[in-house]
Amino acid sequence: MSELTLVRHPAVTEAPPARRVLIGLAFATLALFVFAPLAVVFAEALAKGAGAALQSLASPDARAAIRLTLTVAAIAVPVNAAFGIAAAWFLTKFDFPGKAFLITLIDLPFSVSPVVAGLCLVLLFGANATLGGWLVASGHPVIFALPGIVLATLFVTFPFVARELIPVMVEQGRAEEEAALTLGAGGWRVFRTVTLPNIRWALLYGVLLANARAMGEFGAVAVVSGKIRGQTATMPITIEMMYNEYLSVSAFSLAACLSALALLTLLVKTLLERLHARRTQG
Amino acid sequence: MHIDIDEIAKEFGPTTALHPVSLAIPSGALVALLGPSGSGKTTLLRILGGLEFPSSGRVLFDGQDATGLSVQERRAGFVFQSYALFRHMTVFENIAYGLKARPRATRPPKAEIARRVTKLLDLIQLPQIAQRYPSQLSGGQRQRVALARALAIEPRMLLLDEPFGALDAKVRKELRQGLRDIHDETGLTTVFVTHDQEEAMELADLVVVMSMGRIEQIGRPQDIRAHPSTPFVKSFIAA
Repeated sequence: MSELTLVRHPAVTEAPPARRVLIGLAFATLALFVFAPLAVVFAEALAKGAGAALQSLASPDARAAIRLTLTVAAIAVPVNAAFGIAAAWFLTKFDFPGKAFLITLIDLPFSVSPVVAGLCLVLLFGANATLGGWLVASGHPVIFALPGIVLATLFVTFPFVARELIPVMVEQGRAEEEAALTLGAGGWRVFRTVTLPNIRWALLYGVLLANARAMGEFGAVAVVSGKIRGQTATMPITIEMMYNEYLSVSAFSLAACLSALALLTLLVKTLLERLHARRTQG
Repeated sequence: MHIDIDEIAKEFGPTTALHPVSLAIPSGALVALLGPSGSGKTTLLRILGGLEFPSSGRVLFDGQDATGLSVQERRAGFVFQSYALFRHMTVFENIAYGLKARPRATRPPKAEIARRVTKLLDLIQLPQIAQRYPSQLSGGQRQRVALARALAIEPRMLLLDEPFGALDAKVRKELRQGLRDIHDETGLTTVFVTHDQEEAMELADLVVVMSMGRIEQIGRPQDIRAHPSTPFVKSFIAA
């Protein structure tokens, strides 16, 4: 061993008691604002026993709401995944004037209030508008029907996939795609064998976030859905209606169900991250 | 295959990357495009490979107009500056990529692909690394794998963009010889881009000195050294 001794400076300079207080504070805040509400939701749902909770979930309204929410997510998430990939591809692989503006535009749904987005859809597709009136007359109403709910969900979840993909694709550049082209691969093959494998983790992450938001969206959907019980009321809307009618077990059972779906999304995300970390190390 | 560059010019919006340049590359030559950054040498290489298209002028392969040929139709083995190996594929899969990408009618069977990949790994003197991933290779190994991948498609020419740029001095010297050997063995018309005048002079049969989108001088290394035709060439090769 050499004579040289390394003096290790600790990364933090706070005294241990101060550190413990800070960590404790952080945990207390998390417990109060994140864990406690979640616990309360499940506690309220089970207030009259698991039987009552399950029975309320089996009611026609609750079942219709679950079915509608899953349907909307099943349509909105794949569509946004496809559009998100297309947008990210276009914005990162090509140079053109107005690019910065387009990137800002993708973020618009994050900055616009969902209620405003919903109102815009009503103005555009409502029965009083030219386009909406024509659609209603031809038997394809958008507002107060499934298409409107899907459109509202598409709008609020649009940035998730593109936002996840753009930094990854910028960092990776175009060189690998160009290499594949020089090796004789066509555009679709390059996308399938080079682009997609390189962005798959960011894509999965974006899809999971978009899915969580699609199932949980309230504001924009509330405006366009018309809240027709059993027809256009999604899970969040049904929960609100039940709560307003003092059906607390039903409301919280459905809320617990929605939370469970969100927790499942989080769990999948964590597992994927673990798997990814192991792959990249190996 | 001999390559003729006929009055090629390239503009990117308001900036001119290449003023009309002309250059004849004889079949089987090893040519260096030498110049400082911004001289248009990489743009010219990418135009040859079909990754950029010229604003005006023609490219001829063996006397036939190839200006409109797509990048896939050019069949140019291209080695990128940072090698651009497919990071999620093994070395074997990287080298086999071009063969697997062929249309079904001309795609070799699996065993034949494996045989050719093995042969290429022998050629670059790295027979043991087929199952490794690019992240597990040294810089010099990556460069050689990129070369093998480009050679796998049985290219009509070899184009290399700063092939030694990312390597340390010792490895650079070794790989220079490696490229020379591979060139002599395959007989492929080879064009490489470099900003290192020593590298160009030592390796190339023909050196093309470029500056500000123009060709300053074309000649054999010894001729350029002995008779630099412009003040720019004189100062650049003295550096």
